[in-house]
Amino acid sequence: MKKAASRIYMLLVFLFLYAPIIVMMVFSFNESKSRTVFTGFTLDWYYKLFQNDVIISALGNTMLVAVIASIASTVIGTAAAIGIFAMNKRLRSFVLNVTYIPILNPEIVTGVSLMLLFGFIGLNLGLTTLVLAHITFCVPYVILNVMPKLRQMNISLYEAAQDLGCSPVRAFFKVVIPEIMPGIITGFLMAFTYSLDDFVVSYFTTGATSQTLPIAIYSMTRRKVSPQINALSTLIFIAVLLILLLMNIRDARAYKRASQNKKGDSL
Amino acid sequence: MKKLLSCILTGVLAFGILPIFSYAAEADYSRFEGQGISLNVYNWGEYISNGEDDSLDVNAEFEERTGIKVNYTNFASNEELYAKLKSGGTSYDVIIPSDYMIAKLIAEDMLEKLNFENIPNFEYIDERFKNPEYDPANEYSVPYMWGVVGIIYNTSLVDEEEAQSWDILWDSRYIKDILMFSNSRDAFGIALKRLGYSFNTTDPEQLNEAADSLKEQKALVQAYVMDEIFDKMTGGEAALAPYYAGDFLTMSEDNPDLAFAIPKEGTNRFVDAVCIPKGSKQKEAAETYINFLCETEIALANCEYIGYSTPHAMAYEKLDEETRNNLVAYPGDEVLANTETFVNLPDEASELVKNLWTQVISTNTGDNKWAVPVLLLLAIAASVAINLWRRHKKKRDEALY
Repeated sequence: MKKAASRIYMLLVFLFLYAPIIVMMVFSFNESKSRTVFTGFTLDWYYKLFQNDVIISALGNTMLVAVIASIASTVIGTAAAIGIFAMNKRLRSFVLNVTYIPILNPEIVTGVSLMLLFGFIGLNLGLTTLVLAHITFCVPYVILNVMPKLRQMNISLYEAAQDLGCSPVRAFFKVVIPEIMPGIITGFLMAFTYSLDDFVVSYFTTGATSQTLPIAIYSMTRRKVSPQINALSTLIFIAVLLILLLMNIRDARAYKRASQNKKGDSL
Repeated sequence: MKKLLSCILTGVLAFGILPIFSYAAEADYSRFEGQGISLNVYNWGEYISNGEDDSLDVNAEFEERTGIKVNYTNFASNEELYAKLKSGGTSYDVIIPSDYMIAKLIAEDMLEKLNFENIPNFEYIDERFKNPEYDPANEYSVPYMWGVVGIIYNTSLVDEEEAQSWDILWDSRYIKDILMFSNSRDAFGIALKRLGYSFNTTDPEQLNEAADSLKEQKALVQAYVMDEIFDKMTGGEAALAPYYAGDFLTMSEDNPDLAFAIPKEGTNRFVDAVCIPKGSKQKEAAETYINFLCETEIALANCEYIGYSTPHAMAYEKLDEETRNNLVAYPGDEVLANTETFVNLPDEASELVKNLWTQVISTNTGDNKWAVPVLLLLAIAASVAINLWRRHKKKRDEALY
């Protein structure tokens, strides 16, 4: 009885979380443009999506910016986290608090101030400013994800590697980086997702030559947001789901193998 | 290496020959070939024929014919366009604002005067759309699309006779079945017209009166919307909504119960026109783009794709008969005589409209006027209480040891 109740509760939670996505997916197959009446099944919107230059080029820009910004901010953020970790306590807490500020700052403030800054230094708004802006708001997320891993790391490992003949650089790449890798990966993924769906900051820092997907969608609101967007979102959702599933399967396998090895050791 | 050299040579040659050609044919689209020119075009979203449904892909066609690259980006409102232009940092070559925004941009010296020698196709524009109120000498703009605002209503819920006046949007029988514009200019325009004033009034008393009537209407309004109108009206969630004629035609395809009325008090006729903003580095190429938009086949393709009315006389002739005789898209002259175009309001009046609109939107119609501040106070009190209790507990714990 208790179990059934908890099952139902869980079902409700998942329904609450995923109902909007399911509705969107269903309506991407809708024959008419309506978002309320389902008139028939069609794959037209998927077909048209790949012919629509505006959406496809916007998607290209979004992806390009997200990839560059997330890689750059991962490198900068990881380096910064290691630097901050090596500071004395007072300086560390000060710098950490400063890195919190861009996260707490309303996005609109970040966007406007970046726009003013780019105007002030005479940089023309475009793809470059867009990438710079995205790196700016992505770096803190990487730092915040890498810091805990650094704290968990046993510093003696690094010292031991050096005792055993590693140069400091080699010890860093052989010991420190693998130890904090999970933090770096989560940081990278977070930076990537934040960059992918950012609207406000992009809105203020984009120029006449590049438009990201969220801006293209927003600009459709006077006429009508095309169901092609539903089709595109469905594809993105499925892609993300597949990546997550693959990663989970890989993790599960690795875990299984590790536990088997342990058994083998004890025998 | 050889290829590169020949490329450079062709480029140099093309440069040398070009000036001779540019005087040749009037609409010679190939004269920009090979110069690596790109044009930044800033248009409304979904406002150009883009190759969908076997329509013509206007930008691709232009790129092919001229060799000019088009950087095409979109905006959602005139105000957004204005902010982007004003902030600088990026330069556009072709923009498509609406009437009142064009007047504002002209007043602030933000538009280039067009060289109509590069736009010979301007002669195809219907005489009624030349020398408009927003650009009296027709020096800055070339009309792109136009239409009127009217009342879209569901014939199964609303009587045709009654829909012929703006009054119906204030009719309490349709409580929570009315949708309203979410932008201040259109909403105030309707309220003003209903009271018998001009869309472009600057009289603070009339504006205040309009704001009061909008506040009064608020209790009846289901939602203030823009494109959500499409779903709500076709899905039958609302009975009445003011919107643009061209969009009604799209909606009526999905829901044949819908009808369109142009209120007897008169209505707004809007025109979106193509302009070149100051700061454009490719003025001649931009003028060529404008000329291209005025080619009959292109204007026709755009008109058919967008569904708004075209000011292009030749394209109009080529439309199918049903569309040409459609009184929603192309109302008769006596109806048009009773329409008004928005002009740019002076700063004082537009500031007043903005403030009054904020008041209208933030007025509370229900009885929950006190809900927000009371909840806020409760939350603050709760957090203070929790903190006090924790401090107390901590002290007590310390005292125990």
